[in-house]
Amino acid sequence: MSGGDAIPEFSKAKSGGDGQDVSLTNLSAFASGPGIKSGAEVAAILAVAVVIIGGIELALRLFHVPQYIMPPPSSIVYALFDEFPLIAPHLGYTLVELISGFAIGAVVGLVMAAVITQFPFAEKIVAPYILILVTTPMLALVPLLILRFGFGYTPRIIAVALAAGPMVMINAATGFRRVDSAKIALARSYGASTLQIFWKIRAPMALPMILVGLMIGAIFGLLTAVGAEMVGGGFGLGNRLTSYSSMIQMPQFFAVVLILSTLGILIYVLFFLIGKKWASWET
Amino acid sequence: MSTASARTPKLGVQAATKVYQTGSGDLLALDRCSLDVQPNEIVSIVGPSGCGKTTLLWSMSGLHRLTGGAILLDGNEITGPRPEIGIVFQEANLLPWRNLDANINFPFEIKGEKPDRAWIAHLLHRVGLDGFGGKFPRELSGGMQQRAAIVRALALKPSVLLMDEPFGALDSFTREEMNHLVEEIWLDTKTTIVFITHSIEEAIFLSDRVVVLTTRPGRVAKIYDVPFARPRSLEIMATKEVFDLTNRIKMDIVGERRPQAKEQPEHKSAEIVRIRP
Repeated sequence: MSGGDAIPEFSKAKSGGDGQDVSLTNLSAFASGPGIKSGAEVAAILAVAVVIIGGIELALRLFHVPQYIMPPPSSIVYALFDEFPLIAPHLGYTLVELISGFAIGAVVGLVMAAVITQFPFAEKIVAPYILILVTTPMLALVPLLILRFGFGYTPRIIAVALAAGPMVMINAATGFRRVDSAKIALARSYGASTLQIFWKIRAPMALPMILVGLMIGAIFGLLTAVGAEMVGGGFGLGNRLTSYSSMIQMPQFFAVVLILSTLGILIYVLFFLIGKKWASWET
Repeated sequence: MSTASARTPKLGVQAATKVYQTGSGDLLALDRCSLDVQPNEIVSIVGPSGCGKTTLLWSMSGLHRLTGGAILLDGNEITGPRPEIGIVFQEANLLPWRNLDANINFPFEIKGEKPDRAWIAHLLHRVGLDGFGGKFPRELSGGMQQRAAIVRALALKPSVLLMDEPFGALDSFTREEMNHLVEEIWLDTKTTIVFITHSIEEAIFLSDRVVVLTTRPGRVAKIYDVPFARPRSLEIMATKEVFDLTNRIKMDIVGERRPQAKEQPEHKSAEIVRIRP
């Protein structure tokens, strides 16, 4: 340590601490998202929604657009309620794949990010492979996984984990790399161990970026789960999509699409709320 | 706490030398810098920017290891962070994800000790932060953040308080207020204080002695006594003594800069590269 001290420099620490040098597009969206204030605002938002959806309904009926091209919103909603008992089990299958695959991927991604950022040299060696994992659509591996593991849950869960893990890892690593030398010096001045510095300084500082990574990972996981279900196997929402479209049951098809977008929104809202609770100090 | 005799300085800096290894060569930040700080004394360190003031302070805190020489606390060499030494950093350095109470508890958490509630309440009252415990740093002004940082540094009852340009980012009115506060705290606790600052006025107002460092590599150029009784009022700042003293220190610092070019060949043999960070 004798000669290895860094020259005390605070301008860097300052920007690190305030998070100005990190682009937290998603999290600033969390923090500054418009809050709905008055009844009038709610009414206006609802009115616009009614006009848009009603307009689509009206236009589709007026121009006699056939159902197999684009069903009107009303028949999609009808199909959603009518078919829901049949779709529900498939929603369950997809959720099982998404949650278990995401959990595996997130844990592995987080641990790898935490370990690798402790060893800058190891990080340099691993970085290109991580980049390949992030940029390669894991969907491409699904046919191979099916060959090896059959048509059950296994290939899909692996695909979801492979899609979510690298996303979590690359974002978490960015978070862990946000070294604020002044805050670490503060902890060290009280005799903090490396482990204490990790849990009490590095981890909380990385949390906003970790949440961004988890959210992107979950969305990518959903994407990959549905994609994998479309490739093969007899269950899951993706399988419903191929099945309904092959039978030209377009209202049912769009009902499943509606469920999928609701899932995506729920994922966003979940991490929005977590971020608001635990990472709102960063604005 | 201190069992050392009156002769032993609280902090003894003995030929402290610090070389940083940078990408473009070694950088000599401190060169055989020697200085004694007596118990219960307030000593300010001033000098041209980049002269090694902060390096000296970080070495006193045990956060940086010296390349040569030694710094003694009550006669024992400092080799790492010590609980008897509290630090107030530049820019408050509070943890933004913790509220004030949790920030002040931070040192106790690290040490695995129970916080001394009564003492902390007393300190919070002293700096005028009663009732702000639940607030987050971003909800407080710069002055309030720095007050909280002072409470955090004093919470473990250190016998030495090191302050690294603590009020540099504050406006001049808040700064004067904070200077009074530091003096009040000193009157209250008699903690030995080493105070680094860019402001000669601040140094004179607060200190028993003002130490002027040379341009890098930092060495003690001069030490001035400031013989005013405490508590001091701002009126002393308008006296002729203070005016003269301010000018002499200013000349020491500015005058230091001029012969720099002549001085350079002396260190060329040692392959020292001078750069400013």
